[in-house]
Amino acid sequence: MYVAVKGGERAIDAAHAWLAEERRGDPAIPELTVAQIREQMALAVNRVMAEGSLYDPDLAALAIKQARGDLIEAVFLIRAYRTTLPRFGASRPVDTAAMAVDRRVSATFKDLPGGQVLGPTFDYTHRLLDFALMAESEVPPAPTAAAAAEPVPHVTGLLDRDGLIEAEPPGEDAPADLTRTPLELPADRALRLQALTRGDEGFVLSLAYSTQRGYGRTHAFVGELRIGRVAVEVELPELGFAVEIGEVELTECETVNQFKGSKTEPPQFTRGYGLVMGQSERKAISMSLVDRALRWQELGEDFTGAPAQDQEFVLSHCDNVQATGFLEHIKLPHYVDFQSELELVRRLRAEATALREAAE
Amino acid sequence: MSAPRTPSRAMPPQDRAARPGNRPDRKGTAVSDYNFAYLDEQTKRMIRRALLKALAVPGYQVPFASREMPMPYGWGTGGVQVTAACLTPGDRLKVIDQGADDTTNAVSIRRFFQRTAGVAVTERTADATVIQTRHRIPEQPLTEAQILVYQVPIPEPLRFLEPRETETRKMHELEEYGLMHVKLYEDIARHGEIATSYAYPVKVEGRYVMDPSPIPKFDNPKLADNPAIQLFGAGRESRIYAVPPYSQVVSLDFEDHPFVASKADHDCDLCGASESYLDEVITDDRGSRMFVCSDTDFCNARQAAGHRGRLSAQEVA
Amino acid sequence: MNAPLTSPLAGGFADPARDAAHAFRAVLDAMARPGRIHAVSGGAAPGLSAAAATVLLTLTDATTALHLAGALDNDALRRWIAFHTGAPLAAAADAGFALGRWPDLQPVTRFRIGEPAFPDRSATLIVEVERLEPDGPRLTGPGIRDTARLSLPETAAFRANRALFPLGFDIILTCGDRLAALPRSTIVEDC
Repeated sequence: MYVAVKGGERAIDAAHAWLAEERRGDPAIPELTVAQIREQMALAVNRVMAEGSLYDPDLAALAIKQARGDLIEAVFLIRAYRTTLPRFGASRPVDTAAMAVDRRVSATFKDLPGGQVLGPTFDYTHRLLDFALMAESEVPPAPTAAAAAEPVPHVTGLLDRDGLIEAEPPGEDAPADLTRTPLELPADRALRLQALTRGDEGFVLSLAYSTQRGYGRTHAFVGELRIGRVAVEVELPELGFAVEIGEVELTECETVNQFKGSKTEPPQFTRGYGLVMGQSERKAISMSLVDRALRWQELGEDFTGAPAQDQEFVLSHCDNVQATGFLEHIKLPHYVDFQSELELVRRLRAEATALREAAE
Repeated sequence: MSAPRTPSRAMPPQDRAARPGNRPDRKGTAVSDYNFAYLDEQTKRMIRRALLKALAVPGYQVPFASREMPMPYGWGTGGVQVTAACLTPGDRLKVIDQGADDTTNAVSIRRFFQRTAGVAVTERTADATVIQTRHRIPEQPLTEAQILVYQVPIPEPLRFLEPRETETRKMHELEEYGLMHVKLYEDIARHGEIATSYAYPVKVEGRYVMDPSPIPKFDNPKLADNPAIQLFGAGRESRIYAVPPYSQVVSLDFEDHPFVASKADHDCDLCGASESYLDEVITDDRGSRMFVCSDTDFCNARQAAGHRGRLSAQEVA
Repeated sequence: MNAPLTSPLAGGFADPARDAAHAFRAVLDAMARPGRIHAVSGGAAPGLSAAAATVLLTLTDATTALHLAGALDNDALRRWIAFHTGAPLAAAADAGFALGRWPDLQPVTRFRIGEPAFPDRSATLIVEVERLEPDGPRLTGPGIRDTARLSLPETAAFRANRALFPLGFDIILTCGDRLAALPRSTIVEDC
């Protein structure tokens, strides 16, 4: 006797229990603490904060633990939590020129005011597995120096003073919020940057790479990459002034791109911009290249059909929570639709066979 | 369109009860800590406004600021948001996937609302006041006391003919549906009939071409002249649309190739029904198969009333 | 319900999530079935019917621009709206919602009817009427099985609005604790 599949509820409960067991792994091995993840998996935490659009290292670390290290799943957990948070207001724009930099490099000038600061980078590490890390070991303290007192001005600001780079007047309007209003195309730059900064790092990286290989090339130089902490300020109408409520770590990349100009207009360099929460320089550089490629229209360039130039393509597909959900939904039952396809194909085959036999 | 600036002010009383986002204690979040039906009130109002406009312009896809739900996009987040915006504490909710109440995703969504809204649930179509569905319309005719909420993956009926939203929006605006007719006609030229068996496009009230969600075309006739309110939610694509009761809904076709609502040419092997949509179940590796109602409630009710199908006799044996 | 309100702090929902849910279901069914009359409760605002106050609490907030027409544009109501919903007040042409008696809303051609690509970007008019009964002009169209009747303040304006379909504004009529709706899709006839 055929019995239709029953017991979905029991199966779900059992799956959840098994998942929890797998998450914990071998109980003989000490359990990871959220603080350990926050401190020692900081770049994973940063990625989850950036793509989850929520600056909270503890919650990001918790999400990574809960997601068994699946970062897209962790981003999803953070997003689902974020969406339930009440909005009390908006901060003032952060001032990255006033950033306390841990790292600041420019590829366009050998030296510059504020200096080149290498910071804690993988860049010149030789990628050799460090087997010493397999054992617990003390890390010798890194040498320190007094923080430089001089300001660290933006490279693009230096270029701007000479009129060598396109001017970027500060925007007046409050930008739309991608998470509170449905995306309408074409989207303005503020909205595109929002989408890119929470977009999937792998997707944005590949798009940026494609522009370097000629699919929407923009001749990008890293004018400046800076990582550090900035103050977040909120204006309190009751007080009539802004109050600092905390600090966030950001990575900012400004690219200096191919110039444009004409007989009447002197040539100027153009800009690409990337800003990402946490230390996420691969993402920030990628974002600035894709931002620049998406600006073809306003800069009077040709649309060459490159994916990175196509804002509908980029914005519709950069979100990994959307992508992963829709991709994975095809494992849900579709047997009703499949059944109707089955009947259709059988009928069409029968008709085609009948026609062929009639012809023979 | 820019969003109105969030005013920096105290939360109005209409939202005071809706503060789900307090940081959970480290033991974890109890779902009961969330607002009634999970969503905060401001989100519900936004969805509710979209639903009213959707009813006022039948078949037109209203953009809405879809939220990230605690379940994946593509798994019913649009339907869940619509249901959450419609539920009242007195409702009796039924959730089906593929016509069945006990498929895992249906179980999961039903549980979500039991926990977050505390509503009563039922598997009986006749007892439900709100029915959330994926891929089917129940066999039992719906009533004026019911709302049917569809989960929609791709709300745009023209999407696979034209991938750009900017273009398809223009086509709807200009009522320019030639592309769809060309596609259907090419089917006929190649196969002798329209080769679309589910998500079969319809025209609502003579104006908008609409995707009825991936229901089998067998269900299309039930969309028309239905006493219930039919609401469609597409979460990932941020669209809501609706078919008001007793609306005219016509499946696209040609005079010489009229629309036919087809199903497997069998009776249900469990309840003997000849008029219900059937699932084909492979029962061994030698090609044996049986056909059973996809609508589990419909089939169970018929069996309880004494109806028997081809394979029911084995029950006694 | 309609007792004079001395404080703008009074008259909100006692249980916001559940009260709003019940009220919305009534509005939803009203919009889905033009002409059908529903009773609602929960809201009370100075100089407004309970139904209109309930609709405001259910649908408007800081993200919806609201236009107050005629005598309803008064301090007491403004304070109530600011406290309970935070809805910014706006001119007729910019409003997502408008509230007033029918004569005060004239000419209704001032209100947003949506854009050809976005017909949803249209106003919803909340119209306070002195009488709301299932009689008067005949209604047909989506949501109506055969025909319905509703005591509308006039018919010409609704016929003109229907002619704009899929553009047009939508109406919620309020009277005491009852409401009915007239979406742009409804065909209104005098007979």
